[in-house]
Amino acid sequence: MSSELQSTGASARYAIEIDDVTKTYATGSLAGIGLKNLLVHPARTVRTWRNLRRHTALEGVSFSVERGQCLGVIGQNGSGKSTLLGLVAGVLWPDSGEVRVHGRVCPLLELGAGFHPELTGVENAIMNGVLLGLPRREVLARLDQILDFAELGDFVDRPLRMFSSGMVARLGFSVAVHVDPDVLLMDEVLSVGDERFRKKCTEKLQEFRDRGVTMLFVSHAMETVLEVSNQVAWLRNGKIETLGTPSEVVDRYRTASRA
Amino acid sequence: MPHWMDLLRVLVGKELLVRYKGSFLGYFWSVLHPLAFAAVFYVVFKQIVRLEVDHYALVLVTALFPWQWLQNSINASPSWFLENAPLIKKVRFPRWTLVLAGALTDMTHFLFAVPVILAFLLFEGFPPKIEWLLWLPVLTAAQLIVAFGISLVIASFNLFLRDLERLTTLVMLIWFYATPVLYPADRVPEAYRALISFNPAGALIICWRSLFLEARVPLDSLFAAYVGGLLLVGFGAYVYRSLQWRFAEVV
Repeated sequence: MSSELQSTGASARYAIEIDDVTKTYATGSLAGIGLKNLLVHPARTVRTWRNLRRHTALEGVSFSVERGQCLGVIGQNGSGKSTLLGLVAGVLWPDSGEVRVHGRVCPLLELGAGFHPELTGVENAIMNGVLLGLPRREVLARLDQILDFAELGDFVDRPLRMFSSGMVARLGFSVAVHVDPDVLLMDEVLSVGDERFRKKCTEKLQEFRDRGVTMLFVSHAMETVLEVSNQVAWLRNGKIETLGTPSEVVDRYRTASRA
Repeated sequence: MPHWMDLLRVLVGKELLVRYKGSFLGYFWSVLHPLAFAAVFYVVFKQIVRLEVDHYALVLVTALFPWQWLQNSINASPSWFLENAPLIKKVRFPRWTLVLAGALTDMTHFLFAVPVILAFLLFEGFPPKIEWLLWLPVLTAAQLIVAFGISLVIASFNLFLRDLERLTTLVMLIWFYATPVLYPADRVPEAYRALISFNPAGALIICWRSLFLEARVPLDSLFAAYVGGLLLVGFGAYVYRSLQWRFAEVV
């Protein structure tokens, strides 16, 4: 467990440095074993625990992302993309290797994660902003901007359960982009919302890039990957297959997928 | 102000808002539960078993409200991390705030219910005492650390041993009868006294009851509650620190 997360070094050249990282999980769920088995068959249960096969999610992955760059990550389901995001977000720790991230990391949450259906748009926005790391006072100061950007109209004071899924996504996106991230993590989020809002999001990301915000963008939507990224990494079975310019990597990925 | 205080503020705010949203019923329910229990136990033990205890209704009410807080916090603790799985999987923030926010929410419900206890005392002819107000924060803080310590242990372990939740409910039931809630502590035979001395909930209940009925707090019990609470928080912190790096994998 040699992970290190620093929130200093804004002057560093790289915002994200991944150095020879390997991450494994126990296959089969520990949760299924339960306390009963531990008490009734302690020896056998501990042995089962020890022998749970390890599944290698990432193996010997290394790359760096310069400040202000956007790295697109592509690959099939189960290739390790979400694990990579988890490591950069600081919620997972590598088995070996080092993960260094400089600055405030902000994940764009999937639809409504961390929202409560009974709370209003305003209440949810405040709670989410604080959970994402912004002081409460700051969230309140930016509340108008957040709500404006999300275009919720009269719904800001209604409970979230009345929102359409597009509105929930807009609010989530809006909070995340207003917490001033240094590193923004995105997992398929741009596939939600209507065409106009998607355009607004892409513009916002463009603005972020100009301001020096670093982005890690995981997606299956190749068009968006091409549009947003400066560099693309193709993950295959937990290893980096190719790392290079977007058009080159996406081309190779497409050719391989067709074969 | 450290960020975890902001986190606690919004998390507790969320729980309270959800509970009391738009109606008085939320408050009604948090008071009704212990009152209904008090009524049932009063009928069973005073009218049917004919237990000879002075002010038995007050003996019950002064203990059942604080017990309810402890029980609610601990019974809810297995789900604090599970319920927030999407956040734990994606966002880096001090996860123990979820558990402390749970204990603080139940504490708030308890504090809202204190006037009901006082109403009972006044109705029974007990004169209001300044000690009630002075000791309230001291006892509340003691119970908060006990509730938080135990909850932190259970919430952390429950991610790895999911049936801990069932065991928790069972243990709480046994613990309820092992704690002098339904009976005054001085009725406990000498042979069982040790059980109560090593029970932080017992120490707390003794303090609460004696504060409300006698306007004083036995310092040995108060000391026992604080020592027990601090040991539990220490153990909880140790368990949490050892396990929390794997939370996002198993939740």
